[in-house]
Parts: sequence; structure tokens; C-alpha cells
Amino acid sequence: MEAFFASLVSVAFHGAALGMILYVISVGLSVTMGLMGFANLAHGVFAMAGGYVLTTAISRFGVPFPLALVLAFAFVAAASVILERLLYSRLYTASDLEQVLFTIGLIFISVAVARFIYGTLQQPVVLPDYLKGQFSLLGRDFPTYRVFIIVFSAVMVALLWFGVERTRWGAMVRATVDNRAMAQSVGINTKRLFTLTFALGSGLAGLGGGLGADIIAIQPTYPFENLVYFLVVVSVGGLGSLRGPFVAALLIGIADTACKYWLPQYGAFPIYVATIGLLLWRPAGLFGRHA
Amino acid sequence: MSAHAGGYSADPRIRGIEFLPWIVAMAAFFLLPEYLSLGARILIYILYALSLDLIVGYAGIITLGHSAYFGLGAYVAGILAAKAGISDPMLQLVAAAAAGALLGISTGAIILRTRALTLLMLTLAITSVLLEIANKATTLTGGADGLSGVVVAPVLGLFKFDMFGKTAYLYCLLVLLLGWWLVRKLIYSPFGTSLTGVRENSLRMHAIGAPVYWRLVLVYTLSATIAGVAGGLITQTNQFVGLNVLSFESAGELLVMLILGGVGRIYGAFVGPVVYLIAQDLLAKQFPEYWYFGIGTMLVLVVMFARGGILGILDGVLVKLRRKP
Amino acid sequence: MKTAAILFALACATQAGAQTIKVGSVLTLSGPNATLGENMDRAIKLYMKLNQDKLPPGVKVEVITRDDGGPNPDKAKQLSQELIVRDKIQFLTGMTWTPNAMSSAPLATEAKIPMVIMNAGTSVITTMSPYIVRVSFTLWQSSLPMGTWAAKKFKTAYVAVSDFGPGHDAEAAFTKGFTDAGGKVVGNVRIPLANPDFIPFMQRAKDAKPEAVFAFVPAGKQATAIMKAYGELGLDKAGVKFIGPGDITTDEELPNMGDVPLGVLTVFHYSAAATRPANKAFIAAWKKEYGENATPSFMSVGAWDGMDAIYYAIREQKGKVDPDRSMELLRNYKNPNSPRGPISIDPETRDIVQNEYLREVRRVDGKLANVELETVQTAVKDPWKIINKKK
Repeated sequence: MEAFFASLVSVAFHGAALGMILYVISVGLSVTMGLMGFANLAHGVFAMAGGYVLTTAISRFGVPFPLALVLAFAFVAAASVILERLLYSRLYTASDLEQVLFTIGLIFISVAVARFIYGTLQQPVVLPDYLKGQFSLLGRDFPTYRVFIIVFSAVMVALLWFGVERTRWGAMVRATVDNRAMAQSVGINTKRLFTLTFALGSGLAGLGGGLGADIIAIQPTYPFENLVYFLVVVSVGGLGSLRGPFVAALLIGIADTACKYWLPQYGAFPIYVATIGLLLWRPAGLFGRHA
Repeated sequence: MSAHAGGYSADPRIRGIEFLPWIVAMAAFFLLPEYLSLGARILIYILYALSLDLIVGYAGIITLGHSAYFGLGAYVAGILAAKAGISDPMLQLVAAAAAGALLGISTGAIILRTRALTLLMLTLAITSVLLEIANKATTLTGGADGLSGVVVAPVLGLFKFDMFGKTAYLYCLLVLLLGWWLVRKLIYSPFGTSLTGVRENSLRMHAIGAPVYWRLVLVYTLSATIAGVAGGLITQTNQFVGLNVLSFESAGELLVMLILGGVGRIYGAFVGPVVYLIAQDLLAKQFPEYWYFGIGTMLVLVVMFARGGILGILDGVLVKLRRKP
Repeated sequence: MKTAAILFALACATQAGAQTIKVGSVLTLSGPNATLGENMDRAIKLYMKLNQDKLPPGVKVEVITRDDGGPNPDKAKQLSQELIVRDKIQFLTGMTWTPNAMSSAPLATEAKIPMVIMNAGTSVITTMSPYIVRVSFTLWQSSLPMGTWAAKKFKTAYVAVSDFGPGHDAEAAFTKGFTDAGGKVVGNVRIPLANPDFIPFMQRAKDAKPEAVFAFVPAGKQATAIMKAYGELGLDKAGVKFIGPGDITTDEELPNMGDVPLGVLTVFHYSAAATRPANKAFIAAWKKEYGENATPSFMSVGAWDGMDAIYYAIREQKGKVDPDRSMELLRNYKNPNSPRGPISIDPETRDIVQNEYLREVRRVDGKLANVELETVQTAVKDPWKIINKKK
């Protein structure tokens, strides 16, 4: 019984770490899709880019870890602004199919570029010494880095929620998600809002990618391999919502870890079946807005 | 978006130019005997692309999970051959078709109640489920090692499937002919017209009392059946089934092929795979990295500037030529 | 005029000199596992560069390389087929992965093309075609002796393998060796080949409280990932030893694993740190060609010896290669001086026979290396075939 409880704690812990990473990466996608109605399947590219920035900064340039995290965010956010102004904005009125195709094209391009620059090996992640090793809590040992992930992500999430609930920018985002036409009529500069929010969402993805580089390996095929996970978080959570994907991400992280632990012979099968069930029960996601 | 061939105003008689693909195919058979296995693959992908065009181009359903039906057909044919000892190619194909149809109607009925992202996600999830099953059920499917020992008896007892691919090529050509004829009949029928209605304005369709949901399910099932047949064909020509038949990357590639040729027009599904697979054969071996870069860039460019694909560009050129006195 | 041209062409063709023998090589040169194929390709090219004198006069060898992108049996089969039909190769080689070798095997039989397997390690492969000869290794060769040896030091073990052919082989082989010698396997798990996350699986291993964890995953990035998981979960501190076939500590991947692998024990047929003269020469040539920081892996040695075998067959036939005669020569191939020690092919099974060494990961000259401690068994034939013949 003790052993079972211990495994339960371990599964919950590792699952939470995975879930937090998934959330930090995917929340930007949820907001973008809800806000701009744009199916950005290439969201994983931003996470991957953040991962590459982080690992390159640390390995090649000896940048300290905290600064590298900031760089991951800033660099990806800046790059996303350029992409948004140049390419994405032209396709806001395009059909769903065109948006899907466009983003798949982006994925192909970024996979090739990543392979060209970095080769095909996964990036080694060198953690600073103070984040390595084990952390003792209530008589059990937890890997320090995973504890850090959970704490840091929780802080980021809190900041984000605060930002959306309490600031003017947040109010504008919520208004535009609810009713874009109306928001425009009351004078909200939706174009600038889109760019800003897109940058924020992508920057967060980059941050998540860098933070989670230890769990979700950074390699050129990243956007393909993890697309399903990000999409599941967003669709199960509900587009345009913040809390939905949070619950979804945690659920998925824990369920995935639990299934791999207790039912390894089934692989990820239970997750997908659960996703199908959930989506059929609540097509707009657990916390979705549009029925 | 693109010129949708067929529909209410189109003349269903076969135009002269429609004989062209078949003439080219037969010419290739005689002139390029060393490339027949590539040729067979192109033919199979044309059939597969046709099935996808039915739902993406004509019915307007966006899916990334079409490989579920292709893969199921492939594995059913393979398992029948390797595990159940059924080596008759016709039986294998019929089984593949039936499997595609069954999965098509059961999944279609469920997921077509949803739209957009939810629908897309469900298609992805279904394919993932099948991938996991194929991966884990190693006694049936061979798992990651793939399914060897697929025995395909000679067609009509006479024509053996050998490594030179002659039989495979003609066999696939015949099946493609059948599939093309079916699709064409469908598109030029009143049912095909109603699909256009559903795609363009489903609200109106509801308003005039046309049952949208069941039309979608029907075309989806048909499309899944054809995809299943294509899957069976690939097992028969390769005499092998690997997990790749269910992969997302191949579903993405199929979408690229279709877009390249031109969505929503039957011959887009012909042009796309031909151009893509030949280009891949020539270029990808030397420069695999640049290949993906090229494909990605092409996709982006097509979406932004040439939404009708190659046939769309050709159409534009033809229009310009006709204007000249 | 036309007759003269035809006669001229005939004369050229039948001339004993000016002959090019085409060898097709299907490897993984792109995708997440590209380093595996690259290491093989480098060995092939280096061998060809340094051994031009080993060919009969006037005979050249041309290697046509194709990229299978990873364990993609469909693609590998298609590539092999094109090499045979279009490029008219006379030998087929490469084969980084078991699934790829298995899918291409029927082609070797149908076209009568000798297939020299340079890597894929599942035992059953050589039975799939009479034209297959393997120069690399089998999982049974390394994992069975590992099991037998481990039972002397550990009472209990947990077995974690990747869920595909080689993994199943490693699991069966180790379990047999270990339990036959008195050990007890307290649990096992099969990890999916694609996208594995090793933490939950290593957690299971830790919870079973074995004295050792025997693991097999494909060499390369997966080996690094499972090593990291082992370290992150504190298994070494909990007193659980990490053992396995040499795939989990391959020489070229060790630098990426940090300090975690120190003390890991493996049984394998090749280590880049081996001190025999043939290996020292091999390493020196490698570093000279590819840079001081480059290290060959066991896959490089497999490719190197594979080329040696092919050259042997060509040489003995003086450039006029006949498939059945080639097979005859290949199945009797011997090389007492390979970088991995003495090797030969078992004429009955067409599979490799070689020594297996026990190694420990230690720090040598500031870098981690697989130090060979002792020879666990000499001239090991593939145990699986021996066991299955007895049935």
C-alpha cells in the first residue's frame, strides 16, 4: 500500500511537470485560435525555436540559465511578430483549409532549417548545478529540475491570468475573443492586438519549449511529433479559454504518465480514446465558448 | 477558391482531354520499364488523393486523419495474406474496401457532428488510436518491424507480382480506372451537386431541407472505402506493410500532393501525386533536407498566390491564351 | 559501321579490366537517427579510400548510397528494389535497422543479390533469405552472456527493452542467461520505439527494487535519454546497477551523457577504447580522416568489416562476380584482425561469430570510454539459432 501511494505521488508529480510544460506551450495557441480564429498548427515551431535558442545560448555562448530563458521568450516573440506581419496577417480571412496548409508548410520549412543548422541529434540540455539533483520534500526525493518547472510555470500562469483578468489589454483580448466585430466597432485596434497577443503566445511557447527541453527533446522533428499533444490540450480545453487548457494540460500530463506507468503495454492508446470521448461529450472543449 | 469541376452545370460526357492521363500511363508502361514500381506507387497515390479530394475539395471537410482508412485497408489486406493465408488479390482488395467502409461509416457518423478544430482533432485522435494498436498488436501486425510474409497470388492465376512491377502497375491502373469512374460519376450526379451546396453554404442546405449530415456521412464513407482500397493496393504491390501507412507525415504529404495539383477538381488528384512523387524521386535522394524546405516553401507560396494548384495555374494561362485574338 | 560499333562495345564489356562493381547501401542518413547511418557511411568511404590496392587490377567498386530516413521498412524495401532494378547493383548492404533488413530480404532472394548486413541485429533476419550474410552482431550474442555473467553478481534484475525485434531478442536472451544461471527477473516492460519518455518506465524499474536494471534501446539519442532517466530518478544512488548490451553506451554517444554512465557494465563485441593494434590503427585512420573529436561506433566497425567481406568476395572472383559463388565465399569469410578482434562467418547460419567483452564505463584521458575488462566468451555463435535448432 505504501508502495502504491509512493508511485501515485511520483506519477502525479511527473505528470504535473509534463502538464505544466504542455500548458505553457499551448496556452498561446488557445488564445491565438480563439482570438484570431486562425488554425496555427505550426505553434510547435515556436516552442522548438525557444528550445534551440535556450540550448544554443547555454552551450555555445555560456549564457546563464535564467538569462537564456528570457532570451528564448524574447527572441521567439520578436520573430513571431515578423512572421505575423509578413505572412499570417494575409491569411486571417482565408479558409480553414488554406490556414491549415499554410501552417503545415511552415512546419516543413522550419524542420528543414532546424536540421540544416543544428543537425539531427537532439540538443543536449546542460542544466545549471543548482537545478540538478534531487530535492527532498516530505521524506521523498523529487528531481529538482522538475520541481523548478512546476513552480516556475505556476508563476507564469498566475502572471498570465492576472494579466488577462485585470489589465486593459486583457479586457480587450477577452472582448475581441467574444465578438470581434463588436470589439472593432468600439474602437479596439484589433490588428495591433493580434500582433501583440500573437507575440505573447508565441513567446510563451518559446519559453515553454526551452523550459521543457529536458522533458520534450529539442530536435528538428519536434513540431510534427508533438503537434497532437498541443492540439489535444487546446481542443479539449476549449479555444480562447485560459483555464480550460490548464485543466486539460494537467489531465493529459498526469494521465499520460499514469498510463505509461501502470499500463505500459497500451502506450498512449488510453489518452487518445479519452480525448475522443471528451471531445464527443463536449465538442467545444471542457471550457469552450462556442457551442 | 478554385475551379471545382463537375457540379450542376457540367456536361457529364467524357471530354477528349480526359483520355490523356490513361494514354500517358500506358505509354509509361512501355517506355519506362525500370520505373514501374515508382509508377505503381504514383497510381496508388492518385487513387488515395482522389478519395481525399472527395471530402476536402468537394465536401469541404478538413482532415489530417485520412491515413487511418488507408492504413486500415493496408493492414487488413496484409494480415489476411500473411496470417490467414488468403492470397487471392481480389479477396484481399474487397476486404480492404470493406474495412475502410466500416471504419469510415462508424467514425464518420460520430465525428461529422462536430466542426473545424474539433473535427480535425478527432481525425488526428482516430489515426493515433489505430497507430497505437498497430504498434502494440505485434503478433498481428508485426509492430515496428512491419508485416512480412505477405503472399499475393498471381492475378487471375496468371500474372505474378514480381519485383519489376509490371503486373503491379497494370493492376493498379485498372483499379484506378474503376475508382476514377466511380468518383466521376458521383461528382457529376445530383448528389455531387448537393455536396457543392453543402460546402458552399450548409445553412442554406438546411433551409431547403436537404439532409446535410447524412450526405456528409455518405461521402465520407465512400472516401474511406476508396482510401482502404488504395491501402490494400500498396500492401499488394510492396508485399509488406509498415507503420508508415498510418503516419501523420504521409497524411500531410498526401494533402500537399492534392493542393499541388489543385483541390476540388478530379484531375488535381492526378497531377499532384505525379509531380510530387517524381520530383521526390529525383531530388529527395540527393538532398533530403532541402526537399522538406522546398515542399514547405511551395506550400506557403501555393496558399498565398496559387490557390488552385498547378491546374489552377494552367487554367489561368489557358484563359489568358484564349483572350488573345 | 554499326557492326563495328557493336563489336567494339562487346570488346569493351568483356575486357577483364575496366570493370565497375556496384554496391547498393541503404542507410539512415536523415531524421533523428542520422548519426547511426553517418557512422556507417563514413566507415564505408574510409575503407574504400584506404583499400584500393585490395581490388584486382582494373576493377572498381562503386557504392550507391540511399537514405531510408530511419526504421521505415516500406521505404527501405522500395529503395532496395530500385537499387536492384534501376541501378543494377551486384551487392546490397547497409541495413541500419531490423525492420528495413526484413522487408528487403525477399528482394535478395528473388533477384539473387548477396545482402551483407552491416548492422541490424535481430537473430531471425539471416533465416529470411539464403542470400543474406551478416557481419555485425546479434542481440542474443551480447545479451545472453550478459545474463549469465550478471547472475554471478546480482540476484534480481528488472528488464526494460524497446518494443521491436532487437528489443524482444535482448529481453529473451538476457532472461534466459540470467535465469538459467540462477538469477530472478522481478519485472519487465516494453517501451514504445517511437517517442519514448523513459521516466515512467524507469520509475517502474526503481519501484520493483531490483539489484540491476538490464536495458536495451536503440543506440544513439534513445540511449542518452534512458541514461538520463536513470540518473534523474536517482537509481544509481538507490543501489540499482545499470547493465545492458553495448548499444546503451555507444562510444560516439557517451560524450552526451554527462557523468551518469560511470560504472555502467555492458557486454559487447566492440569498444572504441579497445587496445588491440588493429583497433588502434583503425581509430588513428578515423581521426585522421574525420577529425580529432570523431569516434567510430560499433556500427562503423560493422560497416568496415562488411566492406572487407565484399572486397574479399570480389578479389577471390577476380572481379567477375557471380551471386552463388559470392555467397560461398562470404559464408566462409574470416578476419583474425578486425578492430574488434577475430571474426568469422558461420557457414551454416551465415551469421557472424565473434568475441564478446565485458566493459565498464570509466574515465580515460578525461573522457568517458568503454574499457574492456575481460573477454566473456570467445567465438560466440548466435545462441538463438543454436537453441532453436535443438527444438
